[in-house]
Amino acid sequence: MSFLSNLVIPLVLCAIFGVALVQKVDILSAFSHGVLEGLKIVLDMFPALMLLTVAIGMFESSGALELLSRALSAPAVALGLPAELLPLTLLRPLSGSGALVVFENTLSQYGPDSLLGRIASVMMGSTETTFYTIALYCSAAGIKKSRYAAPASLCADLMGFCASVMAVRILLP
Amino acid sequence: MLNVLISAIILFSFVTAWCGGRMEQMCTRLLASPQKAVELTVAIGCSICFWSGIMETAQRAGILKTLSNFFAPLISVLFPKLKKDSAGAQAVCTNLAANLLGLGAASAPAGIRAVQEFQKDTPDKTIASDSSILMILLNTASLQLIPTTAAALRLQAGSAAPMEILPAVWMASALSIFTGVTAAKLVSLFYKNSPLERQTLRPNQQRRKTV
Repeated sequence: MSFLSNLVIPLVLCAIFGVALVQKVDILSAFSHGVLEGLKIVLDMFPALMLLTVAIGMFESSGALELLSRALSAPAVALGLPAELLPLTLLRPLSGSGALVVFENTLSQYGPDSLLGRIASVMMGSTETTFYTIALYCSAAGIKKSRYAAPASLCADLMGFCASVMAVRILLP
Repeated sequence: MLNVLISAIILFSFVTAWCGGRMEQMCTRLLASPQKAVELTVAIGCSICFWSGIMETAQRAGILKTLSNFFAPLISVLFPKLKKDSAGAQAVCTNLAANLLGLGAASAPAGIRAVQEFQKDTPDKTIASDSSILMILLNTASLQLIPTTAAALRLQAGSAAPMEILPAVWMASALSIFTGVTAAKLVSLFYKNSPLERQTLRPNQQRRKTV
């Protein structure tokens, strides 16, 4: 598994450079041009990222995450989501590294092959850091009004979480 | 949307910290966060720069064009207005391919370029177009075929079969993406020329004048 995933990136690189060489592309100038364009993207997104990092740091350290998890446990259980996994579902759309920490704790607390461990794993694998992605794309492309991007993405996330529970119950009895 | 959300998170955290007596922890974290943001930006910034360079090379070598032919049927369903072989279509294809392979770092610059191309065709570039939102949506859902991070952490935690979650992950991802795309397509039908959009234009324009 890890061999395969270690193979993909170098292979993609070799393929691109191989084809570029055959096609007689000026590789160095093409690469530099792309890097400079990437640098512009990075500069554009930096301010939004900074604000988001601060806000999420406050959210985690103030105990607001725990409070919200406790308050939402009743509706979550009604949807079929285990109350123990609520902190993970709340943090997942906001912070990738934060969700990873919570996920690791869940695995060591309940065991990776337990029902909760499996559900948490599927949740981690089938969702992304939604708000971070929206902030990244919007700030990099100069979008101020993201319209329905957040509600639609959160709708997909909620479905992802519920479907994770369902999929584990069906496929991994 | 993001403005309201970030303000709400900050205010809610402040009230919670006040009531729960965790002001000190929060303040420490608050002061450390900007530096964390710089570290995060440097970490992803480097890979964005690198993969942008690789992408430019791939584009000049004609690889992206081949890739966009491969994804053409899927793209015509998701983005009916997009012209085949256009810069936008090529960026979308690169993004999808990188996502499927799990090259998260390579997918972001391609996705951002696709959104930039979509925004060029809109009258007001600060308002996200339907295509841009769909592109963002595809990236907020996980298209990754092999969830390497989750599997690696399972292995580390002593799982007997770290990859047994694969079929369940695919099923959950597919349902989640399908729901998101359906929601976006439905909303875009109702959102067209809504008064809300016109109202929000005005404050933006005024702000620009005063600056």
